[in-house]
Amino acid sequence: MSTSEPTAEAVFNNPFGTRITPDEVIDTISFFDDWEERYRYIIDLGKQLPEFPQSLKNEELLVRGCQSQVWLLAREDQPNSIVQLAVDSDALIVRGLAAIVLAAYNGKSSRDILAFDIEHYFDQIDLLKHLSPTRGNGLRSMVKKIQLHAENMSR
Amino acid sequence: MSFSVDAVRAQFPILATSVHGKPLVYLDNGATTQKPQCVIDALNTYYSSQNSNVHRGAHYLSDVATAEFEGARQVVADFLNASREEILWTRGTTESINIVAQCYAREQLQTGDEILITAMEHHSNIVPWQLACERSGATLKVVPVHDDGSLDMEAYDALLSERTRIVAVVQVSNSLGTINPIAEIIAKAKAIGAVTLIDGAQAISHFPVDVQALDCDFYAFSGHKVFGPTGIGALYGKRALLEAMPPYQGGGEMIERVTFAASTWNELPYKFEAGTPNIGGAIGLGTAIRWLDNQDRVALEQHEASLLDYATERAGEIGGLRLIGTAPNKVAVLSFLLEGGHPNDVGQLLDQQGVAVRTGHHCTMPLMDRLGIPGTVRASLSVYNDKSDIDTLFNALNKVKTFL
Ligand SMILES: Cc1ncc(COP(=O)(O)O)c(C=O)c1O
Repeated sequence: MSTSEPTAEAVFNNPFGTRITPDEVIDTISFFDDWEERYRYIIDLGKQLPEFPQSLKNEELLVRGCQSQVWLLAREDQPNSIVQLAVDSDALIVRGLAAIVLAAYNGKSSRDILAFDIEHYFDQIDLLKHLSPTRGNGLRSMVKKIQLHAENMSR
Repeated sequence: MSFSVDAVRAQFPILATSVHGKPLVYLDNGATTQKPQCVIDALNTYYSSQNSNVHRGAHYLSDVATAEFEGARQVVADFLNASREEILWTRGTTESINIVAQCYAREQLQTGDEILITAMEHHSNIVPWQLACERSGATLKVVPVHDDGSLDMEAYDALLSERTRIVAVVQVSNSLGTINPIAEIIAKAKAIGAVTLIDGAQAISHFPVDVQALDCDFYAFSGHKVFGPTGIGALYGKRALLEAMPPYQGGGEMIERVTFAASTWNELPYKFEAGTPNIGGAIGLGTAIRWLDNQDRVALEQHEASLLDYATERAGEIGGLRLIGTAPNKVAVLSFLLEGGHPNDVGQLLDQQGVAVRTGHHCTMPLMDRLGIPGTVRASLSVYNDKSDIDTLFNALNKVKTFL
């Protein structure tokens, strides 16, 4: 492994859920009127996620059911009891969609995570409405994994 | 006969539709081909004026349906140069291969025997043999491929031995388009007494197939990949082998006489067709094959070859595009990777521009592993594609590059 690779700590350094909120994502996406702008925005969101070091791209962190590979890492920030999330993918669009999911969940308490209406959120984002079941399944299994983390932590 | 791609296109109504507000450019023919109006009409006619169960006699409609259904079988038999008793209706290539794996391989093979496949097989021509090996104790052997996606024929010669009982090979690779030298493969397998099965799923729509000239023992294909409906396909098998094989499934149609003590089997081909068959599908497939047979096949082949040449040339002009599968003998399939983009990204961004391609491993995971790639973007062409489809593809790819 090269020393220039980001550490496990650095992968949590993303703006989603803090600087970039679900409302901002919904507003921006609905502002665009053509597919090119929407896709460029989504791909750009994905670029704001730090890349995982090779060591984290492992079986354990792999999200099942995605056509491309998606890795998800979660941890609890003890004093404030919030869930910190990091995600990476080998595909640009999926990476951007994963960032959109993180905007909803990252840096939230497990209670807020479990209370969040993700289907309503997806419905407001045109691109997600039209996701084919296979593409949608991947994102939904990522959501399930996050909700499971939240459940385990609130226990 | 003069060939006009516009005249061919005009017979496929779906080609005039739009997706995402863009005219559809359908380049996913490897997954399934579109249907000409005559096939759509045949299904419509069957369900609106002929629908009835077959082989039950007793009334007019049943006789009409039976005549159409068996007529379609004869069409398939003539198309492959087989006799009608040797054509079994199946759900498609996958079921055809499973019949041979279960009713021949599992029954006949034992420990020490070998089944030989290639590294470019579709999962449908891998998994049934793995199951048969598990049950029979036989071993699966794999002929490797060269880096360009052509079969390593020296390795084939070396792997072929007196232990080889079955050679099951894809005629045309769905992922790469490679055309395998199956005549030579079959002849060599025959010389050592092995039984041969050809997976013709990707060949059947591209060039004529003559099972007697090839002298293969089994030939499998799917209707939906040759302009016919889904849920119907065929297995050709040599009569003597089919006679010796036990039935695949039990039920109606496939029996001669049933008592609680024992049952006797119907004659070929019905022995392998338990239950009410896909009557409409078979009639639709017969219509599709008659349609294809009425085209100038030489002109169609030349048309597809010139499309492949043109597409390959245009691909060379796109920086960062790497062709996967460059065997000298190919059908019109362009599998590729675009630098900086996952195949899924490329596919999704093409889709937004109305261009339908397939992305991923194409049900050939072991081949992708061999080539060291996660998958490809695959544009697979058919007779109704034209130069402008290829221009649209490459213009769209240039736009995709601006996203990566
Ligand atoms: C080479 C090959 N073999 C087998 C199959 C399986 O065909 P079906 O799904 O119609 O049974 C396919 C379909 O993609 C194929 O391309």
